[in-house]
Order: sequence, then C-alpha cells, then structure tokens
Amino acid sequence: MDFLLSHILTVLIFFPLVSVGVLLFVDKNNEGLLRNLSTILSLVEFLISVLLFIYFKPGTYQFQFVERYSWISSFGASYFLGIDGVSLFLIILATLLTTLSLLSSYRYIKEHVKEFVILMLILETFMIGTFASLDVLLFYLFWEFMLIPMYFIIGMWGTGRRVYAAVKFVLYTLSGSLIMLFGLIYIFILHFDQTGNFTLNIVKLYNTRIPLGLQILLFIALFLGFSIKVPVFPFHTWLPDAHTEAPTAGSVILAGVLLKFGVYGFFRFGIPLLPEASIILAPVIIVIGVIGVLYGAFVSIVQKDLKRLVAFSSVSHMGFIMLGLFAMSAISIDGSILQLINHGITTGALFLFVGMLYERAHSRQIADFGGIARKAPILASLFMISVLASIGLPGLNGFIGEFLILIGAFKNYMILTIFATSGVIFAAVYLLWMFQRVMFQEITNPALENFEDMNLREIITIMPLILLMVFIGFYPVPFLDRIDPTVVHFLSQLNRHAFTLGTAAKIKGMSNA
Amino acid sequence: MDLKSVITWLIPLFPLTGWVLWGLLGRYIKDLTGHLASAFVGVSFILSLVLFYIVSNSHGFTATLYPWIYAGRLGVNVSAVIDRLSMVMLVMVTGVGGLIHVYSIGYMKGDKGYARYFSFLNLFVFSMIMLIISNNLLLLYVFWEAVGFCSYILIGHWYHKKSASDAAKKAFIVNRIGDFGFSVGIFLLFLTTRTINYESVFKIIPALPSITVTAIALLLFAGAVGKSAQFPLHVWLPDAMEGPTPVSALIHAATMVTAGVYMIARLHVIFSYSPVASMFVLFIGTLTAFLAAFIAASQFDIKRIIAYSTISQLGYMFMAVGIGSYTAGIFHLISHAVFKGLLFLTAGSVMHAMAGELDLRKMGGMYPKMKITALTFIVGALALSGIPPFSGFFSKDAILADVFSRGFYLSWIIGELTALLTAFYIFRLIFRVFFGQSNVDPKLHVHESPAVMTYPMVILSLAAILIGFLGMPPFDHSVFYNFLNVDFKNAAIFAPFVNNASWVILSLISVLMGLLGILAAYILYIRKSVSPERVKRAIGPIYSLSYHKVYFDEIYDFLIVRTVLGLSTFFWRIIDDAIIDGAVNGIAAGFAFFSVKVKRIQNGMLMSYALTFAIGVIALLFYYFIR
Repeated sequence: MDFLLSHILTVLIFFPLVSVGVLLFVDKNNEGLLRNLSTILSLVEFLISVLLFIYFKPGTYQFQFVERYSWISSFGASYFLGIDGVSLFLIILATLLTTLSLLSSYRYIKEHVKEFVILMLILETFMIGTFASLDVLLFYLFWEFMLIPMYFIIGMWGTGRRVYAAVKFVLYTLSGSLIMLFGLIYIFILHFDQTGNFTLNIVKLYNTRIPLGLQILLFIALFLGFSIKVPVFPFHTWLPDAHTEAPTAGSVILAGVLLKFGVYGFFRFGIPLLPEASIILAPVIIVIGVIGVLYGAFVSIVQKDLKRLVAFSSVSHMGFIMLGLFAMSAISIDGSILQLINHGITTGALFLFVGMLYERAHSRQIADFGGIARKAPILASLFMISVLASIGLPGLNGFIGEFLILIGAFKNYMILTIFATSGVIFAAVYLLWMFQRVMFQEITNPALENFEDMNLREIITIMPLILLMVFIGFYPVPFLDRIDPTVVHFLSQLNRHAFTLGTAAKIKGMSNA
Repeated sequence: MDLKSVITWLIPLFPLTGWVLWGLLGRYIKDLTGHLASAFVGVSFILSLVLFYIVSNSHGFTATLYPWIYAGRLGVNVSAVIDRLSMVMLVMVTGVGGLIHVYSIGYMKGDKGYARYFSFLNLFVFSMIMLIISNNLLLLYVFWEAVGFCSYILIGHWYHKKSASDAAKKAFIVNRIGDFGFSVGIFLLFLTTRTINYESVFKIIPALPSITVTAIALLLFAGAVGKSAQFPLHVWLPDAMEGPTPVSALIHAATMVTAGVYMIARLHVIFSYSPVASMFVLFIGTLTAFLAAFIAASQFDIKRIIAYSTISQLGYMFMAVGIGSYTAGIFHLISHAVFKGLLFLTAGSVMHAMAGELDLRKMGGMYPKMKITALTFIVGALALSGIPPFSGFFSKDAILADVFSRGFYLSWIIGELTALLTAFYIFRLIFRVFFGQSNVDPKLHVHESPAVMTYPMVILSLAAILIGFLGMPPFDHSVFYNFLNVDFKNAAIFAPFVNNASWVILSLISVLMGLLGILAAYILYIRKSVSPERVKRAIGPIYSLSYHKVYFDEIYDFLIVRTVLGLSTFFWRIIDDAIIDGAVNGIAAGFAFFSVKVKRIQNGMLMSYALTFAIGVIALLFYYFIR
C-alpha cells in the first residue's frame, strides 16, 4: 500500500496504457469482451484515483503524492509529478468520466470497437498526465498528445461532417498551443539567463523575473493557447462543430475534461508565471468572459440541434469560470474551480442524455422530439435534474459554483458581475424551452411511439453524476476544504508579485473578499 | 442536539422523506400515496403545534444542522431560526397544506400522475418549511428557488398540454427575472456587511449609509415582486392556473406567493432602515392591489378571477409591510391563506362538477345542486369582501386603518376603492355561477363533491369565520398583535402603530365599500335592472383595458421576447457563422491555396496531417533542447 501511495500518480498515468496492452490480446471480433473488459479496467483506474481523495491531506497547499526523477538533465527536464487541491478533483473527474463514457458507448459504437476502447484509454493516460505534471516539458507533451486520440475519436466514430470537425478541432487548438509553446520556451530561457540553471520545474520557473512589457507579450502568447482550449469568445467556433459531430463518449470527454485544460493552464502556468501581466490584463479577460456568458446563452436560445445547444451553453458556462478566475478573490476562484468540476459533471450528463435520445430516435433535432416524458418517465426525471443543475438551481451543484463566482467577483467588477448574473435568466430560457419541446407536450413524431425508457446500464451510467449533483449542492464542504488552501496560497503568491506593480493594496483587498 | 432542535428538523424531514418515497414507490402503493402523503404533512403540522407551544412559552432559538459552504471569508450553515414569526407561518403552511393534501385525494383521483403529484406536493411543503425557517439569506434563496421549482413542476403537471407546459416555463423564467435582482441584492449585502446571517446583518445595517440600505432593499424586493406576482412581474400567476386547482390553492394563493411578504417581514430591519425602499414597496403594493382587482372585474375564467384576486390581496400585504406595519401584513397573510385557499378549493369543487369547465358564462343556478360548495364559497367571498365577522374584515381593516393613521391618504383611498371592486368581482362570480338562470351544458350531471373534498372546505370556512377575532380591533390591542409584534421590535425608524380613535369610522367605511360592491353585482346580475352590456358600452375603453389585462402580455411579447430571439439569431447567423467562422475558414482556404504546390506529399488522409504536425512539433522541440 505504501508503495502504491508513493507512486500513485505514475500508476494512474500508466495503468490505462497497461490496460491497452491487455486489450491488444483480445480478438477484435469479441466486442462484448472488449467492452466489458475496458469498462472494468477503467473502473479499477477510477477506484485507484479515489484513493487520491482519501489520502489527500486537506488544509494545505503543498503538492502531494510528489514523484520526481531526473529525466533529461542537460536542460533540466525531470519526471516531476504532484497534485494540489485543484488537480486532485480534475484527475478524479477524468477517470470517472472515462469509465462512464465507455459504459455509455455499448450501443453507440458499433464498428471498430477495439480501436475505440484503446483510444479512449490512451486518451485517459494523456489527460491524467497533463493534470499531474509539474514539469513544463512533460506537461506540454501530454497536452499535445491528447489531441491525437481525440482527433481519431471524432474523425472515425463521428457523424455528418466529422472530418471537417476533427481537423478544425486539431488545427485550431494546435495553432494556439504552438504560440503558447514559444511563450513557455521564452520563459525557460529567461530563467536560465537569470540563474544560470536549466530547469523546467514549474515551481522554480515561477520565480523568473520578467519585465512588464515582455510579460504582456508572453501572456498574450499563453492566452492564445489556453483560451482556445477553454474556449473563450471569439475562439469558440471549433467547439460546436466538434461536439456536434463527435460520438457521445467524445463529447462527454471533450466537455467534461478537455475544456478544463484551458482554465487549468491559466491557473497553473499563465497567472503564476506572469503575475503582473495577469493582474493588468484581468479586466480585459473578464470583459471577454462576460461577453462569453451572454453570447453563449443568446446563441443557445435559437439552436435547433440538441448537441449544438449544449455546446453553446458550455461557452456560456466557461465564461463564468473565466470571470471567477480573473476576479482574483479567494471566493470567486474557489467557485471557478468548483464550477470546473460541476461543469464536467453536468455537461457530461447532458451529453449522455442527448446520446440516449439520438440512439433511440436517430435525430438530434429538437423539432423531431416532443412528448417523451410520458413514454420514458425515468429518463425525463433524471434529464430534468441535469438540466436544472445546468440552470444553476439551488440545491444542485451548479448553483454553489456560480454563486461563489458571482459573489466573489462582485466587489471589484460590480457592473460586469451584474451582467454575468443576468446570464442565469437566459440559461433558464434556453434549457427549459428545449426541455419543453423535447420532453413535454403531445407526441407528434410517429417514430417516437415506441420510445424506450432507460435501461439498467444507462441508469448505472448516469446515476453517479446525478448523485454528485445533489451531493455537491447540499454538501460542498469536502470539495471546498481541499480547493480553498490551494487557492489561498495561489493568491498569496500573486500578492507577493503584485508589490512590484504598486497595486498591492488592490490585490490584497481582492484576496480577502 | 436538544429536543427543540430535533423537533425543528423533524418538521421538514417528514415531507422530504415523502418526496423520495412517493417518487420511488408511488407506482406500487398507488392510491395509498395520497393518504400517506397527507399523513406525513399531518405529522409536520402536529410537530409545528408542539413547537409553537414551546416557543410561545419561552424564547426563540437557532438550530444548526451542519456547515454548508465555506470558501474564503464566506461561511454559511444550514441553520434554522425559530421564533414567533416562523412559528405562525409554519403552523399555517402545514395546516392549510395538510388540508389541501386531503382535498387532493379526491380531486386527483384516477389521475395518471397521481404519485408524482403527491411526491411534489410533499417536496413543496418541505421547501416552504425550509424557506420559512432559514436563518440566512443564502439558505432562504435556495428554498425560494426550490418552491419555484415545485411550482414549475406542478403547474406543468398536465405537461402534455402545450398551455400547461408554456405556463410552467413562464412562471419559472419570470421568477428568475425577479431573482436576478434578489441575488444581486445578496451580493451587495455580503459586500457591505461581510455576512449573510440575519442576526449579524441586522446588527450592521443601522451603521450603513442609507443609500446602500436602500439599494439592498430594492434589489431584494425585486425577488419579492417576482415571487409574489406584483406588477410588473405578475404575468405568470394567472397563467399558472393551468395547474391542478389544489396546487393553485396551496402554492398560488396560500403559501408560496406570500413568500415575498414573509421575506420583507423577516428582513424588516433592512427595509425599515430605508424609508425610500419602504415607500416603493407601498407604491407597488397599492398599484398592484388596484390594477389586479380592476382586471378581475371583467374576466370570465373563474380561476383567473381568483388568481387576480390573489395578486390584488398580496398588494394589500405589501402596502402593510411598506408602511412598517409588519404584524398587520402577516395577519392578512394568514387570514388570506385561509379564505383564498378556501375559494380555490370551492372553485375546484365547481370545476369537478363541471368536468373542468371554467367559463362562468356556461354556469349559473348551481346552488341547489351543490349547497356545501356554494355556502362555503360564499363564506370565502364574504371574508374576501371584508364583511364582518369574517376574517378578511379584521385583517384588511387592520392594514387600511394603519395606512390611514400614518397619513398615507392616497393609498388609503385607492385601498378602499379596491375593496369595492373586490366585493364586486367576487359576487359577480357568485351570482353568475350559483344563482340566476342555468347555462350549464344539459349533458353534464352537476353533483356535490365527495366528503374527502368537502370536509377540508368546511374546516377552512370555519377557520375563515373564527381567526379574524384574533385581530379584534383596535388591532394594536388584539391577541395576534400582542403575540407577534415583539418579533418586530428592532424595526427602527417607523413610528409604532398609532391607533387612531377613529377606527370605528374607518371600519364602517370599509364595510360600506364592500356592501356597495356586492350591491352593484346584485343589480347587474340578479336584479338585472341595468344590463351589463350597457355598462360595458358606457365605459368602452376602460372595459377593454380591464378585459385585455392592461395588455401586459402583448407588450412583453413585443418588447422582450422578439428582441431576445432576434438578437440571438443575429449572433448565431451573422457573428458566429458568417464573421468568425468565415475568418477561420478563410485562413484555412488561404493555406489550402498555397499548399497546392506541395500537393505531391498529400496522401488524401487528413488525419495523417495532424499527426505529422504534432510529431513534427515535438521533434523540433527535442532538437532545440538537445543540440
């Protein structure tokens, strides 16, 4: 057990690859075994990640489960892993959603099952690697590698214009990432100039002193890489296409985990590496975030395709998260991090439901539905809970995150926060209108007459997410206990740097809010 | 946890458990669901009475259940405040709620969604209890939205009807508009006081600049305008009548819609420190009371008439809390809950007999066939019209007398005119439904409702006769005032209830107004010495204004709904598709143009490009570092 705990991150990163090794030996025509085995192996991976939660010490900002081995010492790259209260939950989210995605694909994925499950597990390795890496090179490798399995998942198992969507997704994000890479390399070289040491250790790179003008240029470079991933308005147009054409599992992972990397990138790299630039540019980013909140909500209202609607709602929700992060108060950042988790849970669930509707009716057009609630009461009830969580109904998870973001951001950005708050009204408009047209009223489409309710496998797939929505809504303390110390430390580091700017007083006020 | 706290938390626990049980087991226990759900609320009612007894013989207390949200400097617990105000409300909600549960057993018999109905009725009672006992604004807000959600589900109970699902959605969204203000109010309150617990807030409020207090109070009031259906956010309540009638009785008359009044009474320290905000509350209350009664006078749908009546009566309550007469406001809230719950249940009994018909032009002469319904309806109507000794007389008069004695003469005049209209519209309904010639479809077999429905009606009418005496004038010497007013001792700037010796004259004027209204209805619809058609023609435009509900829905549709849809389509088609994606695909097309020259490398597999790209990047990276 001790050995496992001291190497748990390595185990988590490579266990999916080991699973792939096992799956390679299964006959590709034995689809049942492939599905069951991959699901079980990913479940084991999830259970290992739960150990992280159990053994994680709350109340401290220190990195935990740290592993460090020298790797390419000539330029200071090391195999350096560790997690704090933020990456802890993102890793568990990734393992949970991978398991649920595999479980949800039993009916949806009919061809090339072997390739599919293998790609999903490879993707899992890269996702966890990205969250666990504290070395810039290691992080960047995992970050870029993620694109490859996702590209194939959209391109091979997608629908409609899937190749267009897949290429758009890869090129969009890749072009952002390359600019980000130049930024990171520049900081690495600056650090060498100042200290005479090569290091890619992110914690050491935080100490690089960078003149303000240069910081702003570098921030723009990093911003492009991260904000395309978020995605931030106006860099979001790859998202609706990728989501719409991706298979259910792809959408779940894309929305549930991949979108989180943008915000995580700002949290782990962008802001701590370039604190003064972040502080100066924060108002700009908040304006963009709030535009995203309202823009995403408005565009969602008139969508005709269910997946596109959920995709645009993600643009709106991610706008809230950016607002919370850059408002730079402890409460709002706590809210943003919690909302990252919530968005993964809720939007993941919404995509699972859209997938179930698609599997049954072979359509995603809202106009093709109507009156399903009577045929499928279980689906109607659980779908409703997920919709309400997305709307931010108090008592469910989304409310806690949104409320903390808004109340935390209110002090320094009063007017913008009020605008963002009005987004809550529009969320009710587009989601309830969608729900009414899909689930309520009379059945008009004869194809829906034999609509089946959820089966046991589907209920098992969705229940963990539903339970989390309710649990976080009523008792977020276990989450906030672990997030808060990390966030408070993050802000105190920011304060330290802010002195050079002469804006210390302002920032101090923020962190106390 | 001591015994008092255990009792406190058992009260909401029963209906909460009910929600889960009927939701999961409803399909197995079938018809028993209604009885069990009623019994669960009954237990809560008995426990509320026990707690009421404990509290009225000692002090209030706070009962904390568990820590809820801790982030940065924000700390919120799930905690209950038990004092006289919350006990009065709890007893009313569980009592009236219990009776309406029992009534529903008969009314909803054979409905396809029987179990779902009782499940959410229980959840509603749970949420309402929690709303009342919350000891901080965030918890209040949670259950404020939760009751709204239950209302959404129950309005849309017959969701296969488009009108029902439209009404449900409208209710939710209009409430959200009010709650938008409410949540900004909470943000501002937290920003200025660093806390959202009532007790801590109340200590800080007197020290704040009055402009801040005014802003907070007005923002919080926006939530009340939505929830309690005051102008201009009242438009959802008449449509909410699409729900089953017992739901209208419980949620859209007796309990949920009064949450706004309760909230102001609960936060009286905030409101009383802002004379400006309080005057605004009085203004909205007065306006709403009159306009809603004005609309009710020309409607033909019996449920909508009673719905507008509810809006109007809520206006009276806001007048009361607006002038700082919190005890009178709560007294009218309680008495209204009883008589309006009664009116809805009796209206439901009429609908039951008429197979769902609501148009009063298709009724008439029904008194001989359903005497219990008719008599209990008349009791409710007399209470609403403020005729002594029915409860509405005492409670409405307590408000109007206080409005007068504090010098708000214009509000008082409008209030009296509203009283006249009120008596007119409700007796117009009675005369056209129960008396005169019958226009009932002869195929319908009009019959009295079963006992399970009439008993709750009889109990509520007894209550409507009796509870008024708790507020025997002069109001500031009454039992109710002496019991409850201690909870409002911190309401600072307003003068205490100044009892005017002229209360007898004021009461006489009010009763006269009520009688005049009844008389007008009598002349028009029973004696028919003046034909309603002639009156309609004589007042032309005024009549259309009333009949078309002052055109609120049309104006909103034109100004808001169309603007939002137009803007949305513009963003999607023009900005997203044409401009942003146009630019993105333009860049891509540019690259494609230049890449024609290197076409030989192309193997047609787009996937391999990306892969090559990624590998190339990594190779370059390695080269850079290792060279």
